[in-house]
Amino acid sequence: MESDNIEKLLEKYFEATATVAEEETLRAYFAQESVATHLEQYAPMFQYFSNAKKERYTKQVALKPRRNYTKWLSVAAVAVLMVGIYFGNDYRQQQLEEREKALLAYNETKKALSLLAENFERGTEKVAYLNQFEETKQKIYSND
Amino acid sequence: MPFKDKLYRLAKRLLVSTEEAEDATQEILLKLWSKNKAMEGYNNVEAFAMTMTKNFCLDRLKSKQAGNLTLVHSNYGDGNSSLQQQVEAKDSIGWVEKIMEELPEQQKMVLQLRDVEEYDFDEIGALLDMKPTAIRVALSRARKTVREKLMQKHSYGIG
Repeated sequence: MESDNIEKLLEKYFEATATVAEEETLRAYFAQESVATHLEQYAPMFQYFSNAKKERYTKQVALKPRRNYTKWLSVAAVAVLMVGIYFGNDYRQQQLEEREKALLAYNETKKALSLLAENFERGTEKVAYLNQFEETKQKIYSND
Repeated sequence: MPFKDKLYRLAKRLLVSTEEAEDATQEILLKLWSKNKAMEGYNNVEAFAMTMTKNFCLDRLKSKQAGNLTLVHSNYGDGNSSLQQQVEAKDSIGWVEKIMEELPEQQKMVLQLRDVEEYDFDEIGALLDMKPTAIRVALSRARKTVREKLMQKHSYGIG
């Protein structure tokens, strides 16, 4: 009878002396429908173990190959630095030129303005003569 | 990775909570991934990964206990016995899980590795750092505890 065999295996099972293969036999026996009634009480155990084995890890793990970015990072940094120095120098030169130009323009303007002021000065001198004329005129009038 | 389910099941056995187990598994997989090159040196990657999982989970449990926290998990089932026989049978399968949750960690692991993953004693010994006789004792004790508690539940269900 099969259940005799199963009983023996069960005994070994609970003493933990059964081999993996024997335990497999037990699991297979309890997985089927027709289990002897006096052994039915053990069924949940084995069914549970069989079920538990079916549990899967379903979560997706994003395992991207992690490349060594540090190497490229330094290359990029150097490239940026070079570009910065190159264009930076250019920019500085430009700035310098502009400043020189501005200074030139300032000086020119100053010259022009002083010229203008000089001419104005001359104008005031003439106006001063005019004042003299007026004074003399007043004197003549008051003498009358 | 072919054995990631095994890692997950072991993690879940120890941590009980599904989320915790998923996190733990992910952590382990990432760790393994980062050690990709060094791993070729190990002759048994699976055993190595299982040991890692075990240690990780135990650490986790320890830190939880030290922090005076209990594991929170939402995957409870209600213990009510239902009318239909089929559902009842399913219930008692669920009981086994509950019973296993109550076992001490070592017995939990031994039972998981042996009865679910079908490892032989040598492999379990290497993993858990135990002697075969100690494994046998733990395994026998665990199985008997499960049987006893299951009988108790059954008689409650009837009575």
